[in-house]
Amino acid sequence: MGLPYLLLLPALAFELLIHLVPMVVGVFISFKALTQLYLASWQHAPWAGLGNYRVTINVNAPIGQALLHSFVVTCSFTVLAVGLSWLFGTAAAILAQDRFRGRGVIRAIFLTPYALPVYASVITWAFMFQYNNGLLNHVLHDQLHITSKPTFWLLGDNSFFALVTVSVWRNWPFAFLVVMAGLQTIPRELYEAAAIDGAGVWQQIRGVTMPSLRAINQVLVLVLFLWTFNDFTTPYVLFGNAAPQNADVISIHIYQASFLTWNFGEGSAMSVLLLLFLLLVTGVYLVITSHRRQHA
Amino acid sequence: MPNPMAPPRSFIWTRRIVLTLLTIFAVLPVYVMVSSSLKPLQDVTGTFRWIPARITVSPYIDMWRTVPLARYFVNSLIVCSSAAGLSVLIATTAAYAVSRYRFRGKREFTVVVLSTQMFPGILFLLPLFLIFVSIGNATGIALYGSRAGLVITYLTFSLPFSIWMLAGYFDSIPRGLDEAAMVDGCGPLQALARVVIPASFPGIVTVAIYAFMTAWSEVLFASVMTNDTTRTLAVGLRDYSTQNDVYWNQIMAASLVVSVPVVAGFLLLQRFLVTGLTAGAVK
Repeated sequence: MGLPYLLLLPALAFELLIHLVPMVVGVFISFKALTQLYLASWQHAPWAGLGNYRVTINVNAPIGQALLHSFVVTCSFTVLAVGLSWLFGTAAAILAQDRFRGRGVIRAIFLTPYALPVYASVITWAFMFQYNNGLLNHVLHDQLHITSKPTFWLLGDNSFFALVTVSVWRNWPFAFLVVMAGLQTIPRELYEAAAIDGAGVWQQIRGVTMPSLRAINQVLVLVLFLWTFNDFTTPYVLFGNAAPQNADVISIHIYQASFLTWNFGEGSAMSVLLLLFLLLVTGVYLVITSHRRQHA
Repeated sequence: MPNPMAPPRSFIWTRRIVLTLLTIFAVLPVYVMVSSSLKPLQDVTGTFRWIPARITVSPYIDMWRTVPLARYFVNSLIVCSSAAGLSVLIATTAAYAVSRYRFRGKREFTVVVLSTQMFPGILFLLPLFLIFVSIGNATGIALYGSRAGLVITYLTFSLPFSIWMLAGYFDSIPRGLDEAAMVDGCGPLQALARVVIPASFPGIVTVAIYAFMTAWSEVLFASVMTNDTTRTLAVGLRDYSTQNDVYWNQIMAASLVVSVPVVAGFLLLQRFLVTGLTAGAVK
């Protein structure tokens, strides 16, 4: 009777070693004054009580202020990027559902952003955003004359939009893939019934397609939210070690706060707060959306 | 839309415009990558040109000398294939248990494993770093800075999805098959090896490719857990821009070359992935 447990053991052991134990250790060191001095013998670092938390949430002091700023940036970035990724993916999936010439090719092309390794494609975007030799300034300034002088895309205010663009480029194919799979599960009869009632294509999309996608969307938006909110690779490859203020998203912020100063105690406190926030948002989201689905 | 009537003009024009714009958006970086990788250095440091004025393959030759790209490539290959192989093996046995047995804690197991997916990597990066260092100090097994450390980290990244997907695959194989094998005298493990695994081969290949691609693209842990000798491509590509000049043409050439293994994998995977997702959506 122990066989199923034996079969699960390797998976469980690795999950414990890499995810669950570190999580517990993370909570543990968030209560420790763990600085560079104690890295080699981190178990023996002195207790800090709630000290690390007090520092990180004190919005009147520089560290707390920077964290709050990073949190606000991350939230606006996530809302914008998830919204656009969802919109592009859904629109593409619905429009490309019907048979037409070139549909297969277009579907394959849409998945390219998803197929390339993130760092290779993001580094290409970094090249496109360059001030002197980038494609974007060439098009907007030299060719279309929209801007009066070239723009710094990877510095200052614009870095936020650069980050959103790359994130959307990277994630919308996933939304496309999931919605495309969801569309295949909608029974034909629903469309036929709507057509008999005189509904045109647009009404069918509004009346049949969108309501039928609700269950898929519930999961899709949550997954996109978690990926985007936690995304480290895109900003890290795009901006390098020093992310500009307006693109200082939370994962980069914690990374820099931890590995530049080696203050792992504070870094862990920030991580724990981040985890609590994600759990709260996910919980509230699932309660609200499931409730709405039951009453829809 | 499965509609007997032809779609109206407004729909057809919306489709043309939206799909064209999205196509341009999707392929633009690929075009820049390919065209810039064929330009000499002067042509990528000056104003961008859509059509290369001169074409050269020297970036593809020089890129191996500017940074130790071959070493990074070998490191990535070793780490990612080991992680993928182990991940598939572990996921297969776990998925078999989930698919074929009822046992206490099954639901909890699935929930816990899947939920580790939602946590940000940064959350366990710091403690894992400390744990690896401590294990090294206590036992002499070097996990920090070694390929082995990266392998065991990466294999867990693909485990949850692999288990979930393989369990779905195994569910679709009639239990009668393994029961027949057991009647013939096979134990459960032999039934798994002789009947279930061969019957779900496409699913296993999909999961292996998925695990490989996940590992190939990982940057966060690679940036902390590797040193000069174990560095993988994910971090190594940055070396081109830490020199005095930024060799954009070589960066583009290298980006293209490191993309080949995963793009090839993805093309193989694409068909299975869509069916796999559909199966998941139906359930």
